[in-house]
Amino acid sequence: MLRLHPYVYHRPRRLDEALELLKEHSGDVLPIAGGTDLVPNMKHGLFAPGHLVALKGIDELHGIEERDGELAIGAAESLTAVASHPLVNDHFPALAHAASLVAHPMIRNQGTLGGNICLDTRCTYYNQTHFWRRALGYCLKKDGDVCHVVAGGTKCVAAHSADTPPILMALDAAVDIASADGERSIKLSDFFTADGMWNKRLERHELVTRVRIPLPSPKLHATYTKVRERKSVDFPLLSIALAVELDDSGVMDSISLIVAALGAKPRVIGGLDKIAVGKKPTDDIVEAVARQTYRQCNPLDNIIVEIEWRRAMVPVYVRRSFNAILAEPRATA
Amino acid sequence: MASLDRPGELLIEAIRLTVNGDTHDLGVPSHYTLLEALRYVLGLTGPKQGCDKGDCGACTVLLDGVPTLSCILPVQEAIGKEVTTIEGLAAPDAPHALQDAFDLTGGAQCGFCTSGILMSAAALLAANRSPTRLEIREALAGNLCRCTGYTKIYEAIELAAAALREERMPAELKGS
Ligand SMILES: Cc1cc2nc3c(=O)[nH]c(=O)nc-3n(C[C@H](O)[C@H](O)[C@H](O)COP(=O)(O)OP(=O)(O)OC[C@H]3O[C@@H](n4cnc5c(N)ncnc54)[C@H](O)[C@@H]3O)c2cc1C
Ligand code: SF4
Ligand code: FES
Ligand code: FES
Repeated sequence: MLRLHPYVYHRPRRLDEALELLKEHSGDVLPIAGGTDLVPNMKHGLFAPGHLVALKGIDELHGIEERDGELAIGAAESLTAVASHPLVNDHFPALAHAASLVAHPMIRNQGTLGGNICLDTRCTYYNQTHFWRRALGYCLKKDGDVCHVVAGGTKCVAAHSADTPPILMALDAAVDIASADGERSIKLSDFFTADGMWNKRLERHELVTRVRIPLPSPKLHATYTKVRERKSVDFPLLSIALAVELDDSGVMDSISLIVAALGAKPRVIGGLDKIAVGKKPTDDIVEAVARQTYRQCNPLDNIIVEIEWRRAMVPVYVRRSFNAILAEPRATA
Repeated sequence: MASLDRPGELLIEAIRLTVNGDTHDLGVPSHYTLLEALRYVLGLTGPKQGCDKGDCGACTVLLDGVPTLSCILPVQEAIGKEVTTIEGLAAPDAPHALQDAFDLTGGAQCGFCTSGILMSAAALLAANRSPTRLEIREALAGNLCRCTGYTKIYEAIELAAAALREERMPAELKGS
């Protein structure tokens, strides 16, 4: 039995009320959407705020709609809704697919897209009960001053483990952010940082309100693949999002490849423009992309599965991603 | 909303829950999950406290018909919604086709996962009377069973689906 600590549970109906509550109780409050990440973490004693501000009852955080050349998805929409919504499936089947790969059906019914984007980083030595963590000795991310993953490390490298952000980054999505002080927007590719303690450019009193994705050109093909131990329940051991634009002759006009579940920040693979743009995705070119990706990916012991194996899977899954795109062009886009 | 002058101390909140068609006005510690409210306030011990953190599905109940993990759901999230637990799946004298079918096929062994599995399966059959084996597996992908190896569970759900489609008792179809 895992008990929660006492707290006050606020259920505002309007966004401005929620933002006021976050400001008023600053330092002793957290937003809660589906709670599928936060509640287990609180049960493990990783967070103990005196106040929770529930987001699901706020209308402004709901809705999936097309407007101004974008698809806008409210942060409190469930992953089940994202995975099954016709507009998401029409425009971005790879996003629907990524959402459908999160955890298992009940978690997707409860968990939200906003919560997935704001998911706390994860680590073998962190996502454990208080008893477990005390027995081993606490770590930097919670209560301690050492890192168990990087000997002598002074920086937390817990893994970014959410399934939707990599594909959202490849699709050039932005998030709208609100606080009692105002609103702003940021590209998701600028949102994450490499700091495992808090890997988001998000102030503690701010909320992600909406995700916006530019509607794709017919040239765009995208896919998301996830490596995990079981085909359900499990977080990614490694995940790859790939988006390419192919012109009529099959030449790549652009390429975006993101690898996640390594460190705290999804890694945007660099140097691919030179290797791939202006060329067809032949076996040789795909192999060159796979090699370039392998060179830039160094899994860490923050996830319990062997790092050598996870690294060896990087080029394998890059090839599989290209195969998925080339086998079924529009269906995966 | 009650206010808490000294955070960290127990706060009892007045909460109205509708469970299995009955409305209850309860005093519930504000930090309880729905599962704790069901088991320790209402005495409904059908939903099981397995992992207690979202991994196993033993605590699955229906919230407005949607399979939901009650162990990680703050109790306040059930306010204004219909909660259905295994106790409310059918009347005592007329079991649900699923319950009969699990009995007939040996779909339950130790039984710890069974109430959660029945709730996921009931939601599936409410939406789809002719699920394929794959659809059944997908609907149950968050319900772990350590005993049965799942095969008998899938057979039970297929039997129940057939019984519901043909408006017959699972026992009449079994072996036919
Ligand atoms: C057994 C299990 C398996 C899982 N497997 C996966 C998996 O395979 N892939 C995966 O990606 N995730 C997985 N998860 C994690 C989680 O369920 C999902 O990431 C889910 O999308 C989180 O959404 P939520 O609404 O429940 O978040 P919450 O738990 O409500 O919130 C998560 C964090 O984000 C903050 N937050 C929530 N919404 C906002 C917002 N709008 N603005 C600002 N901050 C916000 C909260 O304060 C909290 O810190 C798993 C969880 C469990 C228990
Ligand atoms: S990476 Fe190091 S500091 Fe961060 S959670 Fe893991 S052990 Fe702790
Ligand atoms: S007890 Fe709720 S998922 Fe295991
Ligand atoms: S019957 Fe024992 S866990 Fe499923």
